[in-house]
Formats: sequence, structure tokens, C-alpha cells
Amino acid sequence: MLKPKKIRIEKPEIDYSSWFIDLGELTIFTQKVLKQFFRPPFENRELIKQGYYIGYKTLPLISITGFIMGLVLTMQIRPILVDFGATSQLPGLIAVAIVREIGPVITGLICAGKISSGIAAEIGAMKVSEQIDAMEVSGTKPLGFVVATRVLATTLLVPLLVIVSNTFGLLGSFIALNMSEIFTVTNFINSAFDTIHFSDIIPATIKTIFFGFFIGLIGSYKGYQASQSTEAVGLAANVAVVTASLNIFVIDLLAVLVTKFFVSY
Amino acid sequence: MDTVIEVKNLQKAFGELKILRGVDLKLHKGENIGIVGKSGSGKSVLTKCIVRLIEPDAGEVYISGKDILNMGDNELTAIRKKVGYLFQGGALYDSMNVRENLEFPIRRTQFVGHHSEVENMVVEALENVGLLSAIGKMPAELSVGMRKRIGLARAIILKPEIIFYDEPTSGLDRVTAGEISDLIVEIQEKYQTASIIITHDLKCAKEATNRIKLLKDGLFCAEGTFDELSHSDDKEIRDYLT
Repeated sequence: MLKPKKIRIEKPEIDYSSWFIDLGELTIFTQKVLKQFFRPPFENRELIKQGYYIGYKTLPLISITGFIMGLVLTMQIRPILVDFGATSQLPGLIAVAIVREIGPVITGLICAGKISSGIAAEIGAMKVSEQIDAMEVSGTKPLGFVVATRVLATTLLVPLLVIVSNTFGLLGSFIALNMSEIFTVTNFINSAFDTIHFSDIIPATIKTIFFGFFIGLIGSYKGYQASQSTEAVGLAANVAVVTASLNIFVIDLLAVLVTKFFVSY
Repeated sequence: MDTVIEVKNLQKAFGELKILRGVDLKLHKGENIGIVGKSGSGKSVLTKCIVRLIEPDAGEVYISGKDILNMGDNELTAIRKKVGYLFQGGALYDSMNVRENLEFPIRRTQFVGHHSEVENMVVEALENVGLLSAIGKMPAELSVGMRKRIGLARAIILKPEIIFYDEPTSGLDRVTAGEISDLIVEIQEKYQTASIIITHDLKCAKEATNRIKLLKDGLFCAEGTFDELSHSDDKEIRDYLT
């Protein structure tokens, strides 16, 4: 009789040291980029150009997703509140959910997918085609011209994109609500804004600044780290999305903990 | 003769792989040196180490008598103004048109008062490479040969004292490659530049260089004019140049 063959499954080795090396390199990269923010020449033209690509070109996507987010959220929650006879609380509930959490996180994730990967792929391609080297030889610091402008643009514009997304989210919610009952604009706004306080808006806005910073930074870092092959460019874009998305959740968690420490809801 | 570049005992390794094992090189004013060798022999690494795009592990590099491996960012930027670099693929900035590509090094490194002054420099550089008609085009609209010529125009726009050509004729047909070789000679005669030309193209090596150095196993193993090396007693050296 044949004995069943023993199959030995070896545990894959996880190289934790490379993770720490990567973290260290990211820290050094962050330091260098932050220095470029305050070091002339200030690349205003490039910053505006990046602002256009990062902000304006993302606006339609953010608006549509924000609108659908508000619409769906209202349609899902309304039946539950009907059971308790509390539909009048719906605008406030939706507003708090969107402003505090869903708006920033969903917008952050979309930006991580669209912007961070775009930056990583663009910078990676610039490295492969030696454009970064060409810039350096011509006496320009790529960290200032290419990286700092992109990171600054995302830091400034992601919070604005979140505000737009939240506005469209509330619009979606208003429309969804009016599909089943009549709710005037004034009633909706009063009900929504009565529930939102500064303690909701300020921490949520501050965390979106960090979202924006890390979306730009991680995209740039991964692009800059890409080795000189086309395969590496795709990989850099992929890793940038995953890392930036993960960072958004970590920052969100930290923001909630810090806010809870200072503000009692 | 004035020495514009002096390299002493330059060494570079990537991990265990030693690429340069102690390279020495002198480039004189107005001279074109060709560097030939097998793919992966370290020719591009050598030129990138000279301009500090890659940090060497050991050795000394002097450009116009200044030790560039031990200088700060500002000094390095000043030295790089004297250097032009033609990359293998031209390395044109994708997001800028030809005019902006050429204006870029001017605006970054020189204080130019009038727009017309920048315009004149751009037009002169494009006329030198015979591509003035491409001034408004994007890099994606240009052929490989045109990209190299625009890359060359960008390399010479600041009238550098030294130009590095990294495979200037690779991937081009014989006619276009010949045109590029002629351009290199024209630029040398017109601006009295000193150049290091990395090439596999024997015609380019013959026509555009004054001296050729053969890089093998991380060291220069032979040096001379094209004719001297192509009639060398060493079969291996002859094989490279025939």
C-alpha cells in the first residue's frame, strides 16, 4: 500500500527589516521634501499646474461619488428611522456622518486611487526616461520642482475636494429624502446644520490636510523609488495606492483618538 | 592643453558587482573622447559618476579644476551650468513642448531679463540642430531622431564647456546617425566644447572623436585614435572597432 506522501509546507519568510528600512527612507524623503517647501526658488507656476491636474481634474469624480454617497446613505438609513418615527433627524444624522467620517475617508480613498497612483506612475516614468537625471544635470532640484509641488498641491487641494464632496453628498441626501417625502431646502439645511458643530468640522478638516499630504508624499516616494524599468512603474503605482489607502485609515484612526481626547461629543 | 575633466581611480560597485575598478581619465579643452566597450561595461555609469548623478564609491573627479565629489549643492549647480548632457532617449520633459523644454535650463540657471533674449537662445539652439519647425511640438509628436536632436539642442543651449553624449546615434537609421555625428563635430568646432561620447556606432566613433578609450572589466584597457586602435596588434581591441 502506498503511503501518503508528507508534504512539508514551509512558512514564507517575511523580511521585517526591509519594512523598517523603507520606513526610514520615507522619513528621510519626507524631511527633504519639507525642506524644499521653504527653500527658494518657489515653483509657483508648477504648483498651479499641478493644482489644475490634481484638483480640477478630480472634481467631477469627487462630485459624482459624493452625490451618490449621500443618496445611497439616505436611502439605506431612512427605513430604519421610519420605524422609530425619527425621519426628521435624518438630515442631521447624514450631515454628521458625511462631514465627520464618510466624506473625508471616501474622498481620501478616491484621491489615493487616482492621484497617488498617477503621481507614482508619472515620476516613475520620468525616472525610467531619465527626465529626473536631465533635470538634475540642468541645475534643477527634482525634489523641489517635481515632488514638493505635487505634495503641496495635494495637501492644499484634498481638503477642498472633501468640502466639495460633502456638499454634493448633502445634495444627494436632500434629493433622496424628497423622493419619499417633502422636505424643503430650508428645513433640510436647518436640520443638518443644527447638528453639526465646529468640533465636527475642524478635526475633520485637519485630518484631510494630512490625507492630502500623505497622498502626494507616498505617490512621489514610490515613484522616486521605482527602479528603471517599465514594470517597476506599474508596481510603484500599485504600491502607492495600497500604501496611501492604508495610511488614510491609520490617520483617520489617529484623528478620532486625538479628537476624542480633546473633545467630548 | 587645458584639462577640463580629470578622473582619478574612480570606483563604483552595485552590491557585489564591481562596475568601475579604478578608472583614470583626462579630457582636454576642445577635445572629443569616445568611450567604447561592451554593453554593461560601465560607460554610462562612468559619465553619471562624473556629473554626480551617481555617487561613486571611491576616487576623485575634477571639473575645471574643482573637486566635484566634495562640494555642496550650490557649487555643484554652478558647475553643472558648464555641462550639457545628451541622454540616450533624449530625456525630453513629456509635459512640456519643445520650446518649454529648451527654455527650462535657461530659466532655471540664468537670470535672463528679456523674453526676447530667451527666444533668441531657443531659436539659435534649434537652428543648430535644424529643427526650428518643431518649436511648438510636444515630445510625443517627434520621431526618435528628432527627440535626440532636440535633446542635443537642450544640451547646448547654455553653451556648455563640456558635453556628455550617451549613445547619441543608438536606435537611429544610418542617415540620421550620420547627421547626429556631423552635428557633434559642428558643435565642437563652433563652441570649442570638450566632449565625452559613449557609443557603439563605429562611424560616429571614427568621425566625431579625437581619441577613443576602450572600457573593459571596469578599467580602460586601450587608448588611441580610431585608426591606431583599429590597426592594433591585439585582436580583441581590433574586434571592437571593425
